[in-house]
Amino acid sequence: MASKRLLASIGAVLAIGTLSAPTASARYFFNFPSPVTPIAHEVLFIHDLFLAIITVIFAGAISVLFYSLFTHRKSKNYTPATFTKPTTKKQWAWSFVPVLTLIFIDYVVLGIPALHSILALANTRDDKLVVVVTASQWKWHYAYPAYGIQFTSTLSTPMDEVYGNAPKDRHFLLEVDHPLVLPTNEKVLIVLKSADVIHSFWVPAFGIKQDAVPGYLRKTWVNIQKPGVYRGQCAELCGVGHAFMPIVVDARTPAAFTRWVASERAAAGVAREAAEKVWTKEALMANGKRVFDSNCAACHQPNGLGIPGTFPPIATEHPFSASKEMLSDLMKRGFYRAGRITEGPIASHIEIVMHGIPGTPMPAFESQLSDTDIASVITFERNAFGNHTGQVVQPASIKALRSKKVR
Amino acid sequence: MSVIDVHGLEEEHHPRGISRWLYTTNHKDIGILYMIFGLTMFLVGGLLAMLIRLELFEPGMKLMHPELYNQVITVHGLVMVFAALMPVTAGMANYLIPMMIGAPDMALPRLNNWGFWLLPPAAVLLVLPWFLQLLGIGNGTIDTGWTIYAPLSIQSGLGVDFAIFAIFLLGLSSTMASINVIVTVLNLRAPGMTLEKLPIFVWSWLNTAFLLIAVFPALLAGAVMLLADRHFGTHFFSASGGGDPILWEHMFWFFGHPEVYILLLPTAGILPHILSTFARKPIYGYKAQVYSFAAISMLSVIVWAHHMFTSGLPAYANIYFMFSTMAISVPVGILFFCWFATIWRGAMTFETPMLFAIGYVVLFGIGGLTGLVLSDAAADQQYHNTYFLVAHFHYALFGGPIMGVIAAAYYYLPKLTGRMYNETLGKWHFWLTMIGFNATFIPQFLLGIDGMPRRIPDYALKFAHLNMASSLGAFTLGAAQLLFVYNVVRTISGAGRAATSQVWEGAHGLEFTLPSPPPYHTFSSAPVIE
Repeated sequence: MASKRLLASIGAVLAIGTLSAPTASARYFFNFPSPVTPIAHEVLFIHDLFLAIITVIFAGAISVLFYSLFTHRKSKNYTPATFTKPTTKKQWAWSFVPVLTLIFIDYVVLGIPALHSILALANTRDDKLVVVVTASQWKWHYAYPAYGIQFTSTLSTPMDEVYGNAPKDRHFLLEVDHPLVLPTNEKVLIVLKSADVIHSFWVPAFGIKQDAVPGYLRKTWVNIQKPGVYRGQCAELCGVGHAFMPIVVDARTPAAFTRWVASERAAAGVAREAAEKVWTKEALMANGKRVFDSNCAACHQPNGLGIPGTFPPIATEHPFSASKEMLSDLMKRGFYRAGRITEGPIASHIEIVMHGIPGTPMPAFESQLSDTDIASVITFERNAFGNHTGQVVQPASIKALRSKKVR
Repeated sequence: MSVIDVHGLEEEHHPRGISRWLYTTNHKDIGILYMIFGLTMFLVGGLLAMLIRLELFEPGMKLMHPELYNQVITVHGLVMVFAALMPVTAGMANYLIPMMIGAPDMALPRLNNWGFWLLPPAAVLLVLPWFLQLLGIGNGTIDTGWTIYAPLSIQSGLGVDFAIFAIFLLGLSSTMASINVIVTVLNLRAPGMTLEKLPIFVWSWLNTAFLLIAVFPALLAGAVMLLADRHFGTHFFSASGGGDPILWEHMFWFFGHPEVYILLLPTAGILPHILSTFARKPIYGYKAQVYSFAAISMLSVIVWAHHMFTSGLPAYANIYFMFSTMAISVPVGILFFCWFATIWRGAMTFETPMLFAIGYVVLFGIGGLTGLVLSDAAADQQYHNTYFLVAHFHYALFGGPIMGVIAAAYYYLPKLTGRMYNETLGKWHFWLTMIGFNATFIPQFLLGIDGMPRRIPDYALKFAHLNMASSLGAFTLGAAQLLFVYNVVRTISGAGRAATSQVWEGAHGLEFTLPSPPPYHTFSSAPVIE
């Protein structure tokens, strides 16, 4: 198995050398993914043009070099010339040819298509739909202001697969719980925000990459021509979970998109009702584990043991040491005593999950998770990993806290 | 022209043992210190690279946690740029410039000593947080990538503070070295050594020195502002207080882009010497190359935002930075033309320095051409922050400067030690380096085109094969450098046959009129250049 993969790797490297790629398996035909937006088409054209030109330049230069290396050798009793610069008018003219060619390639052959593409990308007017994308460590939040729909999208690959305790799925690290659903054949304006550090929204098949900068709005757009599922990743180092915030876009025909909008709105109504009812502890625990795995496990680890010095454990009675600031933050909130993590008061627990701990990577989940999810994850954390408080938080109490804050 | 009277000094009169090196103001001693330090840090940075490739060998987290991975890639970058390459080129300047221009020593010898001895503490500061972590203090070293983008660097742990102080020291050291080079070249040339006769290496370093003095302050100012944001409640890089995270990117890249040429120019300067020596033919286009250095230096300070095409600059800013970046291809193209013309119709032999010099031309050619591709603001949407970029800058920085430094090391080692290195080992080193390097980075071009972002500790399954190929290449490349270390150590300890003063049949220049190794004090009376 391993040797097969090794051979395939070596084969891959050789395949490029011979430029005979199209015949190899699809996996080894190296180019950008099939473009599905006008911008991606332009970018692919520019890329192919560029690669063709630099391949020709490189091949030309290498041929001259190798001709020289094999001919002008001392071992062939070649007598060295002594020229140091162009002398005749003709020589001067010939030395300017490469320079002028280079300028022509730069500013005409490559410059004009690039100029066109940049200006096309910058035209963010005439959109049919606006999607507000908010990046945070380490998830994406998608909102459709026109439809009142919003949800958070997180990695759905279990950490067990990352750490080799489970076989890896086909879409390992490129799968999410809620993909971004977009209509095809419509210009969609993507407004990018960031809640903490710089992230970058990148879906290769769309040919766009745009940083999300905290405190500023950034705009880009897509017009997807083909329904399908497109996968991308955050492309700016944003901390520990940088590799674990994929983007999955589910592009549907306008009719299918309209149906999705209707069903999403109905589901939101059901969720609001669910938040009203009294949940059983088992139901909260089950939902809480799901929420924990997709929102908390990247830092606090799937086993709740955290990472020494960086991310505190959820499991109580677990020894933990970290910076003075972090320990005092935890102590103040009642979660740390004498070198160990303790069971803090429930009110403080809710406060931390909803509002985060300022100045640390612990984010505020208030606007990212529903009442039900916040109640579930707190119930889960207080009863899992060997914790036995037996305490249950109901969605209704989270809802009450939210409405109190509004008043 | 100033001639310094050193007749009072006795030949070889200097302290012995450790104090010789601690207190030395001798340009050759300091040059050697710089080079040994650079080589050591090259091995440290290389070891970190091996750890990176080991983690990326297969999908799944195997070796380390993501936070340690981020620290390893960051320190790899900082060490290679600031602690390996810059010191080595500064060492070459120190050792070679006075000998090349017929000066008795560098103009500011005590500053020179200080400039070097700031480096080891800076290197220690970069890695110290790892040891502090073992003692339970902090959470490791800087983990923001070598670009230290705010606000990630404001949020991050104490490693960032250590890195900021390391950068202060490195900046101080480089600035002092640059002042010294400029003063020496402008004032201490031997009679007859006019600027038009200055060896091309000296010209390249003169440009480098001016460039360093021009751009390092931007990084240092940025670092002070970052420190203030982290600890004193300012908001230079935070929008909530009226600042702007993009300001850091501008300050960083105003330094960061010219930095590429700071690394590149000294080796682009040594390359014509080597090519000319082994082609037994004079350097072609001396003036064209010198003007190209100046053009590259000037252009390099007005193109920085091509590193920020996806940060949301206005379209017309992107267009400006794209077209100004493309302009750099002209002087770089002229350099290539001159290098080709220097060996054209020569009588070449292929000793190890020549092999590495040709390797430089080929690999840096790939780096330069892919750089042209990256200058395209539209296509850069796709390339930016992917492995295509990683492969590009490794071709530009390993293929150029590191290959050049190694070529120079083999070229001057007999001059420095008086002994010839082992030619067979050198050739093995070259071929393994070429194979290992290309096997590492060609797959990375393809990974980038296929959509793999850089700086991720774990990746999707479709990237698995190429990553494994890249890792195998990297291990070859890493192992090959041990041959180099062995060869250098072997030569320094006196193995190999004695070198003549000219060392190479085709070598020219003042440094080759001196015995190998040169006396402790060179040119006690200034040589006269005809």
